[in-house]
Amino acid sequence: MSEKRTAITINGIVKEFSAGSQMIRVLHGIDAEIRSGELTYLVGESGSGKTTMISIIAGILYPTDGSVSVFGQDIYSLSDNDLVRFRLSNIGFIFQQYNLIPTLTAAENASVPLVAAGMKRDEAVERGRAMLDKLNIADQADKLPRQLSGGQQQRVAIARALVHEPRLVVCDEPTAALDAKSGRRVMDLLREVALAPERTVIIVTHDNRIFDLADRILVMEDGRITHDGKEMPDH
Amino acid sequence: MTWIAIRMLTGDRQKFFGLLFGVAFSALLISQQLTIFINLIERGATAVYNIPTANIWVMDPVSRTPDVALPMPPTALDKVRSVNGVEWASPLLRSGATVRTPEGDLEGVTVVGVDDATLIGLPKKFIQGSREALYEPDAVIIDSVGAAKLFPEGFDPIGVRLELNDRRAVIRGIVDVDPSFTSQVILYTRYSNALAFVPGTRNRMSFVLASASDGLTAKQVTTRITEATGLKARTREEFARDGVDFIIENTGIPVNFGITVALGFIVGVAIVGLTFSLFIRDNIKQFGALKAIGVTNNKIRMMVAAQALLVGLVGYGIGILLAAIFIASGAANSPDFKGFYTPWEIPVLTAFVVMTMILITGWLALRSVLKTEPAEVFR
Repeated sequence: MSEKRTAITINGIVKEFSAGSQMIRVLHGIDAEIRSGELTYLVGESGSGKTTMISIIAGILYPTDGSVSVFGQDIYSLSDNDLVRFRLSNIGFIFQQYNLIPTLTAAENASVPLVAAGMKRDEAVERGRAMLDKLNIADQADKLPRQLSGGQQQRVAIARALVHEPRLVVCDEPTAALDAKSGRRVMDLLREVALAPERTVIIVTHDNRIFDLADRILVMEDGRITHDGKEMPDH
Repeated sequence: MTWIAIRMLTGDRQKFFGLLFGVAFSALLISQQLTIFINLIERGATAVYNIPTANIWVMDPVSRTPDVALPMPPTALDKVRSVNGVEWASPLLRSGATVRTPEGDLEGVTVVGVDDATLIGLPKKFIQGSREALYEPDAVIIDSVGAAKLFPEGFDPIGVRLELNDRRAVIRGIVDVDPSFTSQVILYTRYSNALAFVPGTRNRMSFVLASASDGLTAKQVTTRITEATGLKARTREEFARDGVDFIIENTGIPVNFGITVALGFIVGVAIVGLTFSLFIRDNIKQFGALKAIGVTNNKIRMMVAAQALLVGLVGYGIGILLAAIFIASGAANSPDFKGFYTPWEIPVLTAFVVMTMILITGWLALRSVLKTEPAEVFR
């Protein structure tokens, strides 16, 4: 445990949304630290604020107040363009609906972050293919997403999230659309491929089938962290 | 990212072909209608350009076009000849008449009487017969479009007798000229014959054709003729332009063609705009994901621009090609389209219109992409 260093520092995060003339506060001054080398779950009911929280941590939603430091970089002190570049270099995303581009092959989908970073197409696709190989679906590299099963699509999404070797990977309900067996296999893969001493993975989920795979679980209720531990609270 | 943008678009075949159809349809309609419009109004000038030897046309001051002319007295010819700077001058008669074919069909024709001595006013290019044939009794030379109109395909009209205003006329040759705006049959004959074919008032001479002496421009000589005679004198280019302007000012053609072109643009914008919006809406999650991953708004703009450019270029190419095929096949197969061509300005103008269409629809589509917050992909 002593080897694990702080990867993300969250200080007094407040987020308010306007609803007509009213302002609704969904995060109430959250403080937290997330360590590298850990699989951290963000768990909570719908409306608890976990999606807002993960969006702010990932640098895609500005907080109303507070700061987020990712691997020592206060990300909201960056300019818009620098923040985009920071995300491209340091953060990998896995979405619940995968959001793969339906007209690109699996290998091409996996290569998207590299292409966005300016890498040449052939080289990027080759690296995407290599990542798919790591995830044991190299044989599906030339197929379109619609030709793949849900689990295979999820692996392609993971490949896309990891291909540029980000230090932070954020996942939104990665197992929601998968059966129990496939879900556990995806989590095993994430642990195996994404985790390293200098990297961290945050997973938003309410899938209790995979709670036992977490290194740490942060439970959110009404915009506050109400539990921080290795296991889910008893209630 | 350009190749990803292109693959996103071309992979959705239904929308891709829908977009191509919209652009191609607009480009076809706009270029084809503009081509027909330009060629139609240019036919107001064909009577002038069919007589290449005359670079000056002299007429009564109220005359406006080759077909809207007040006849002048024969003395006008001498007046023009006496003007310093006139190399030569010859009379020309243009008048309407009716002709009856051997089959009994009745057709309106334009009789053109050219100078007996020099035959100035007679087109140069003969398909059948020769200039000298006009010296035969009652000889007329018919234009090729008129011959196609009067006689069945493959029929040789040489030697055919016509009843021209109750007088005998014999076809002795066929000339190749561009048809007039009305596509009326044109019968060329000698001036003296024309006077007999087209009875009328004292004054019968429609125009005096002239040429400027060496060292003088046609424009300089027209000024001298007007000053010396009081007659209206126009250079060939000016008079050709007068014929075109007359059609523009006195017919509903520009408005009608303008409406069709505007409809082509509006329908194009509607089809392309709707389809592009549908495409963007279907891919909005993917665009959101790209933004979250770290694709900048500038790169997103480039992606949408590449998609719009591809659709614009391919659709424009298809539209222009179809329009060219339509015009070429019309010109080859129908006498009504004889001489039709596509001026270079039309593809350029069509490209400009298509570009405008693409800019409008691309901008509308881009707005929704740029407005998409990357955080929405987590919702």
